[in-house]
Formats: sequence, structure tokens, C-alpha cells
Amino acid sequence: MSAKSVRVIPGFSATLGLTIGYLSLVVLIPLAALILKAAGMTAQQWLDTLTDARVLASFRLSFGGAAIAALINGVFGLLVAWVLVRYPFPGRKLIDAFIDLPFALPTAVAGIALTALYAPNGWIGQLLPFKVAFTPLGAIIAMIFIGVPFVVRTVEPVLQDVDSELEEAAACLGASRVQTFLRVILPSIAPALLTGISLAFARAVGEYGSIIFIAGNLPGVSEIAPLLIVTKLEQYDYVGATAIACLMLAVSFAMLLAINMLQKWNRQRLGGLS
Amino acid sequence: MIDVSHLSKRFGGFNALDDVSLRITPGKLVALLGPSGSGKTTLLRILAGLDHADGGAVHLNGLDASSLKTRDRRVGFVFQHYALFRHMSVAENVAFGLKVRKGPDKPSKAEINDRVARLLDLVQLSGLAGRYPSQLSGGQRQRVALARALAVEPRLLLLDEPFGALDAQVRKDLRRWLRQLHDDMGLTSVFVTHDQEEALELADEVVVMSKGRIEQIGTPADIYDNPATPFVFQFLGNANRLEAQVQNGIAQVAHWRVPAPAIADGPALAFIRPHEIEIDPSGNDAVIRHQVILGPTVRLDLHLPGGAHAEAVIDRDSHARLGLEPGRQVGLGARRVVVFAAP
Repeated sequence: MSAKSVRVIPGFSATLGLTIGYLSLVVLIPLAALILKAAGMTAQQWLDTLTDARVLASFRLSFGGAAIAALINGVFGLLVAWVLVRYPFPGRKLIDAFIDLPFALPTAVAGIALTALYAPNGWIGQLLPFKVAFTPLGAIIAMIFIGVPFVVRTVEPVLQDVDSELEEAAACLGASRVQTFLRVILPSIAPALLTGISLAFARAVGEYGSIIFIAGNLPGVSEIAPLLIVTKLEQYDYVGATAIACLMLAVSFAMLLAINMLQKWNRQRLGGLS
Repeated sequence: MIDVSHLSKRFGGFNALDDVSLRITPGKLVALLGPSGSGKTTLLRILAGLDHADGGAVHLNGLDASSLKTRDRRVGFVFQHYALFRHMSVAENVAFGLKVRKGPDKPSKAEINDRVARLLDLVQLSGLAGRYPSQLSGGQRQRVALARALAVEPRLLLLDEPFGALDAQVRKDLRRWLRQLHDDMGLTSVFVTHDQEEALELADEVVVMSKGRIEQIGTPADIYDNPATPFVFQFLGNANRLEAQVQNGIAQVAHWRVPAPAIADGPALAFIRPHEIEIDPSGNDAVIRHQVILGPTVRLDLHLPGGAHAEAVIDRDSHARLGLEPGRQVGLGARRVVVFAAP
């Protein structure tokens, strides 16, 4: 038996080398430096940082807020994708282009614009009976804003591939519209939807620029973890900043890995067709 | 009883269905036969409630179907490309129609499992209940689609080009099997096809359609032997189309003189099937221009006097016995010549 299998595209070792080299330069080395720095910390320093009420509160907001924002984006992003795919209407191309704006807009601009809108005397803020800007709610609004494109852009192409014959088949078999959506359409687009939601989540966890304008940054209440890192750096508390960064990294990585595993399991179940 | 009366449907400027009336008797297997664009799939979709007619009515067992939504019609629909739910296993696909039922109609889990097992047995897929559609062959997928449609005990089974995406051998087997299934289960079925052989082999009744209209309805033998229009004759197999002149009820077609009592004097059209032409090696009605060996038969391209062409198909044995070759003069007989008035 031949040990070496023939590949269609040559240069496996060269491309793998390039991939790893590139990833190292851009992603792995900076992260390794971070972990190296953290490795110098004593157990007591870790414990102090991780039990600090202010740190814990910032984590709750960053991860909890990001989760809420990602879920809201999941629901409304799906709706937007649905409308864009299923219904031809005038101006559809224009709306389609708007979707990507949060990608392009400097986050500070987004933050300032959202603050102006949701401030107690802003256009939207004055209509609401409760405060949005300068509260955790404001942070979540900013997180939703920057996460919009992810779900729409991942679900759109998959939704385009969902054959209308599937819906017709379900109708012939006696399914109502709701049943057809829940049992036929949603499962077919679930992997893409999940990817979109996890991307939106990851983006929101790391978001800094827009949130610091709108959230008010009250320590323990509306302060996000990335801001706390910056604050600690400004106070020359490199150890504290590193610990928070490491922890954010670990939690994010674990969550994204879990989502990836879920996707893989789902793909295998579908026989590699999704 | 399914009653279709004066159905019409337009897509933009295109007449998909134009005053179509049809009656489908319970227990029959009916073929809608026609080229693409003839409206046959549109008719099928209207029967299922997936499309709506602009005019006319469909009655399902006396009930006006326009008041019934697709899901209340209890029709089984089998799509050309199967339309299986790929995130569901074979068994889940088949059970779908039972699981979505509500209230007292909903069978218990045990009943569902039981019925799914019986249906999978029926379509000979018992061992594959746990597989996903992506793990099945085309023929197997089509059988799953059929089992899924049958699970809801449809009043009417509709099949849209059911064998169109399958290769020749599988298609042949499935055809025979579908006919058997139809008879065993006492179904009423309508299937769409553009393949005349499929329609003639499978159906009790063939509805030939063209350009949104019904050309002829009849048993396979009936429409083959007595085609009502030139279109039907040509669509049901190869045909030689020849100019004819009718005088006093006799049509002159090339050198043939055939009775044509119902046709007015003047120009007319005559059709002869290639295999119904007989070759006489001693005559001189035509010249063989070219010959092609097609397995057990030989196709002869014939040059008739006056510039007309015709094709004849004879078996290999006769071909060898008669010693035919290109350039040779032959006499032509015809077992059947069909004459239509000029359009």
C-alpha cells in the first residue's frame, strides 16, 4: 500500500506552513504573549482579581449583555434576512446595503450617535419611560447595533437555498405555517443561524468603542470588561489588566469552541450536506 | 371523483391553462402528458392547491376546492426532486404528516411508529429507517417521498415527473412498482410526464396537453390508435409528416392512395409511423439515402419522388434478408396512414 495519498491540489506542506505562520503572526503570538504575562502572576493575585466585585460585575455585563444582544440579533436578523430573501420590494437593494453599515462605521461614531438618540433628552430617549443611555441597557443597545450584520449575512445565503418545494411539501402533508417554519425551515437554517449568533456574540463581547459612550461606565453597574482593562492599564495595574484579559479570552474561547462542536455534530447528523 | 371545469390560468402574458375540463374517476391512474410549457404541472399544482386558477373550478368529491387550503385537501404530492426534509431521518420524514396533526386526529406515538414501519415496508426501505436523505440513492429518495405522501392517506396522489431525475433502469423498475402499488392500495393518482412511453405504459387514462389545452383524453391504446390531432400523433412517437391532397374522400400521399372520407377536398397532412412502413426490394417508390443501425433495428432515411423525405424502421433480420444498402431503389408499403385536415 502506498503511504502517500495523491492530492488534487499540490503543495500541502507549503500551504499548511503558510497558514500556521500567518496565524501565528496575527493571532497566536499576541495571545501567547498575553498568557506568558499572566503566567507570571501568583495565585493570590489571580484570586484577588477574580473575586473583585467590580471585575465580576463587568464580566456579567460583557458576557450577559452580549448574550442578550446576540439573541435579539438572532430573532430580528432572521426576520430581516427572511424579508430580504423572500419578498421582492422596491428599495430592497438599498436596505440590503444598509445592513453592512455597522461593519464600516467607526464604533465611536456609532456610540455617539446612539447616545444622542437614547439620552434622556434625545429623540428616542425622551419618548421612553425608562432610562436607556448611561445604563446597562445602553450597553446592550450598542451591542445589538454592532452585531446586526452577522446574523443577516450568515442566514441570507442559506435561506436562499431553502427550496420553496419543502414548504409546499409540508403544506400538502397537513402542516400549518407555524409548524412548517418550526419543523422544516428553522432546522434547515439553524446551523447558519447559530453561526451568525455566535459571531454577533463574540463581536459584542469584545466591543469597546461604541459602548463606552452610551453605557455611562458606572463601576459595578454599567462598566464592561474591556473598559476595565483599559482603566487598569491607565493605573499601571498591568497584572490586573492581564488577568481580566486572560479570563475573557478563556471564556470566549470555551463558548466559541462549544458552538463549533455543536455545529460539527449537527453537520455529521445531516450527512455532511449542510 | 375529481371534477375540473373550465380552468384557466395566466402567468403574465402566457396562457398556462386555457379552458381545461377534466374528470378523474376514483381508482384510476391518470397521466398528464405533454411537452414542457403545456400546462400539465400547473394543472397538477392547482389540484394540490399550490397554485390558484384565474377562472374555472375544481371539485374534490363534490366540494369546491377553492375553499380548501392545501393542508386540508388531503392530497399526496410527490415532487420531481423529492423535496425531502434533509434534517430528518427517513422514518421522521414519513411520520411528518402524522406528527403535525392536532387534537383528536393525532395518532399516538405507537400508532405513528406502526404506520411508518408498514409504509417503509411497502416501499421496501425497512432497513433504512434511520438513514438521512443524503445517504440514499435517487430511487430510494423517491420511494421515501412516496411513503411520506401516502402516510396521510391521501384522497388523491399527485406526482410531478416522479421519475424524471432517475436513470433509465431505476425508472423502469419504479414504474412497474408504482403501478403495482397504485392497484394494491386502491389509490386515485395523477402523474405528470413528458415521456410518452411512460404515460402509455403506466396510465389507465392519458390526458395529452399542449399549450395549456387538452388535445385528447383516452386510454393509452385509444390515443395511440386514434389520435385526435396531428399534435397527438406526433407526440406519441416518431412520425413521418407528409403533404397530402384529398379529392373525393381519397387522399393522395406520395404514391399511396388512402381513404379519407371525413376530410374536405384540398391540401391535407398525412402521418406514417416509421415502423409501419414496409420495404419491398423490387419496387421503385423511393431511394435509400442513408441507413443507421440502432441495436436490433435499422433506420432507413428514404428519399421520395418530389423531394419529400421519410424514415422507415425495420428489424435487422429483414434488413439483412432484403440486402438493403444506401443508394438502392425500393418499393414502399404502409400498414397505416393517418390523414388530418390541413390546419
